Amino acid sequence: MKEKKVKVKSDAGVHARPASILVREAMKFPCDIYIIKGQMEANGKSIMSVLGLAITKGSSLTIRANGEMEDEAVDRLSALIENDFAELASK
Amino acid sequence: MKKQLRIRDILENTQKIDLQLTLIAGREGLDKAITAIEINRPGLTLAGFFDYFAYDRIQIFGLGETAYIKQLSRERREEIYARFFSYDIICCVYTHNEYPDEVFIEYAKKHKVPTFVTQHPTTRFTSLLTHIVEAAFAESITLHGTLVDVFGIGILLMGKSGVGKSETALELIERGHRLIADDLVEIKKIDESLLMGSGSELIRHHMEIRGIGILNVRDIFGIRSVRNRKRIELVAELQEWDANTHYDRLGIEEQVYTILDIEVPYIIVPVRPGRNIPIIIETAALNQRLKKMGVFSAQELDKRIQEWISRENKNT
Repeated sequence: MKEKKVKVKSDAGVHARPASILVREAMKFPCDIYIIKGQMEANGKSIMSVLGLAITKGSSLTIRANGEMEDEAVDRLSALIENDFAELASK
Repeated sequence: MKKQLRIRDILENTQKIDLQLTLIAGREGLDKAITAIEINRPGLTLAGFFDYFAYDRIQIFGLGETAYIKQLSRERREEIYARFFSYDIICCVYTHNEYPDEVFIEYAKKHKVPTFVTQHPTTRFTSLLTHIVEAAFAESITLHGTLVDVFGIGILLMGKSGVGKSETALELIERGHRLIADDLVEIKKIDESLLMGSGSELIRHHMEIRGIGILNVRDIFGIRSVRNRKRIELVAELQEWDANTHYDRLGIEEQVYTILDIEVPYIIVPVRPGRNIPIIIETAALNQRLKKMGVFSAQELDKRIQEWISRENKNT
């Protein structure tokens, strides 16, 4: 199991589009991925689950992955959040 | 795990319960934490009996208390209040829209004890307050799954992403059943045997169906297709069919899934093309209702067969 804490910097928080980018990236990894905010734990591969966390600017999140390629998954997703999804949104 | 509940949180409770509270003193004390679920009627205390005084609970002054205080002399009230407020009082509430006397308000201000007046009668107020406090103290957990109400049985569909939980729920809704939450289910332990599930308020009654996108189930299927909370009575785990796994073929022994230390009946439903999962879930719900009424199909069939065998044995 691998975990990493990240802080959301984007003013817009995680609304539908960033959530879909996050989930699309998460789906590329075979491991189980969780996004944790406070006491709520969302399935990183489910859009509704991620949206349900109500992630806003300044939210502290924990990205947790369990299984095959867990290190890569955590690195990839935390980088995505820290970089405001910019890198992918532009594509 | 006990949670922190401040007096302020009661005022801003999210359950849309209107306690009709007016703050009349002690604003500075609003951040004090409530530590007990119970309340206290301080009748005996006001009469001067301070043994077993549950000062750490919310103090409720009903008609009896206010009437008693009214007939006391000012000196006696001063005396009683001085002793009353020498304890670390959390919060006081006067019911029936009765206001405390000015001496009480002075003491409440001095000791920074939040004091409220409510329009509710005492019993009503107590039950509303208990409801809010119990819910706040209840242990909770969020699980990945889809919660549906099928024939009145709350079924938590679990299983890996992509196994078809949402699609199964969609078909069940189409058949007239109800959705409570998709993907993110918040579960609260209401008492020692009751698990209540609901969805995150922000995404309530929305679903994602691959190929279509995000749907608002309430808008598409109408108000009868949804509900906000439901007791969880069965956990059904959808699993990709695996030829090497042994699936329960009899259902004689009841399996359980443990959530917050409560055991919930549990079934594993293998999924493969051509298997109509929604109808299996519907049947599981009906079977669960039968079991609640004390009828166990598998056990009863087994009993019948065993009786038949022993009869045959006698005949031969």
